[in-house]
Amino acid sequence: MGAIRLEKVKKSFGTLDVIPGVDLDINDGEFVVFVGPSGCGKSTLLRLIAGLEDVTDGKILIDGTDVANEAPAKRGLSMVFQSYALYPHMTVYNNIAFGLKMAGESKDVIDQKVQSAAKILNLTDYLDRRPGALSGGQRQRVAIGRAIVRNPAAFLFDEPLSNLDAALRVNMRLEITGLHQELKTTMIYVTHDQVEAMTMADKIVVLQAGRVEQVGKPMELYNSPANKFVAGFIGSPKMNFLGGELAAKHNCHEIGIRPEHLTVSTDRGDIAATVKIAEHLGAETYLHVEADGLGPMTVRATGEMPLGEHDKIFLTPEQDRIHRFDAHGLALGPS
Amino acid sequence: MSTRASTLTGRIMSAPSIIVLFLWMAVPLGMTIYFSFLRYNLLSPGMEEWIGTLNYEFFLTDPAFFASLANTLLLVGSVLVITVVGGVLLGLMLDQPIFGRGILRLLVIAPFFIMPTVNALVWKNLLMDPVSGMFAWIASLFGLPAIDWFTNAPLTSIIIMVSWQWLPFAVLILLTALQSLDRDQKEAAQMDGAGPVAIFFYITLPHLSRAITVVVLIETIFLLTVFAEIFVTTGGGPGLATTNIAFLVYTQALLQFDVGGASAGGIVAVILANIVAIFLIRLIGKNLDK
Repeated sequence: MGAIRLEKVKKSFGTLDVIPGVDLDINDGEFVVFVGPSGCGKSTLLRLIAGLEDVTDGKILIDGTDVANEAPAKRGLSMVFQSYALYPHMTVYNNIAFGLKMAGESKDVIDQKVQSAAKILNLTDYLDRRPGALSGGQRQRVAIGRAIVRNPAAFLFDEPLSNLDAALRVNMRLEITGLHQELKTTMIYVTHDQVEAMTMADKIVVLQAGRVEQVGKPMELYNSPANKFVAGFIGSPKMNFLGGELAAKHNCHEIGIRPEHLTVSTDRGDIAATVKIAEHLGAETYLHVEADGLGPMTVRATGEMPLGEHDKIFLTPEQDRIHRFDAHGLALGPS
Repeated sequence: MSTRASTLTGRIMSAPSIIVLFLWMAVPLGMTIYFSFLRYNLLSPGMEEWIGTLNYEFFLTDPAFFASLANTLLLVGSVLVITVVGGVLLGLMLDQPIFGRGILRLLVIAPFFIMPTVNALVWKNLLMDPVSGMFAWIASLFGLPAIDWFTNAPLTSIIIMVSWQWLPFAVLILLTALQSLDRDQKEAAQMDGAGPVAIFFYITLPHLSRAITVVVLIETIFLLTVFAEIFVTTGGGPGLATTNIAFLVYTQALLQFDVGGASAGGIVAVILANIVAIFLIRLIGKNLDK
């Protein structure tokens, strides 16, 4: 079991409120991703849950018990660090076994658990090696193995993939998702990469400046962002925000339209624009354009587009995909 | 240094310093080896003659040699233990965010900048003196008799002084090593349920092993030749109680004017130092090539 509930969790460093007060419910078995730009407090929030930082105020309930003042090891959580934090002088086996050894488990139990974790993570051949002799992906797996054997109520991941190269990152992403489906344990995953958040999460928590901006399923955030920040943060390339007459026509301060919800035409459309840069990826084409009277916009068109610099094009937004925002950046809902 | 020409240029450029350094080392060593096979006493000039290994036989069968060998090893061993253990503990303390840490660090490092002779004089006259020393005064506060350190515990006194001198070095090296310990590792161990003691033995100490190796190797080199502290305080006595190999060589050469015997002793000391070095590198040097 691993239902985690945060009640008015607050963290200050001196006079600086890093987290002014967060309420959050994480259900048992859920894969929750904390996402936000760097410095938004997502790692701090994770460290508060882990017990590596003391809360200034508020409650952290794990399965109904307040653990805000418990030692990290007493909370029954495991953490995978960004730097992996493997013990460099211990073999892979001892790295994985360390937590069990500290818990005073017998040698047989330790051996059995380590072997089974190694099997799940394909580490059986490397148990005698030291972390220094492993590749980045293998180290990552050792770090996960160390977390698994303790059979925790929840796993905490602190940007675990940011030290890996792009190809490996995609692989590990799938492995972690697979692991979650297999173990069905609660996982809290911190990242600044919205792609990881969208692909892995059951529930995304978008944070900015220590505040929860929106909580929801990936598609909810994509389709109905609560405010301009979430709208801009989720989705790649970024949503286009347009003000002026066009917004007034929709009865709001500003409208947002995702690059993939614009139709491109060379002869007619709502918005006239000039192509600045065209990025041809084969399956899709990113057009960075200068819209007449509206400023720079990004368009994502499917397939190949024989367009280049200085070409004149016309853009038409899909009407039901337009997001409306008021002067404070809050979403207004469909008009 | 990729092409053959640049490698050659590099060798030519560095040759002068290498040659000078080599001569600097080789000439004195060669002369010492040569003298060690001569009857060569400054009291009878012009009487030098080749006597083969006789100097070595005298030096190695001299009871003073064994006494000073034991003293040397005892001195080196004790100081190493005190400085490494004390250095780790002080390093741990100075690594904590405590009030006045900057000044405290400076104070801890200070003894290393004091020259050995001054160090010895301070300990001898201001601290350990049985009449006017501070330790005697402290003892008198408790109504205890003053300890005559250099008479009753001569080697211990030397060990204390030398340890005081070398502790900062150990602290300095170990503190920098402690600061390079990844905070994540400690936190990971914390999550794994390790308490402060377990973290120290399983995480911190293994992390320090390289630094400890460096401290042990470097200190050993210097501690084998401790001289000033002995010369200033006990003069090797009482009897041979504080005579180490370096001091024995000195008494041979400059108190008995026996250059040949002293040279033989010097060569023996060089060989002993090499034995210790090989032994140490075998034992702990493997820590360095990780």
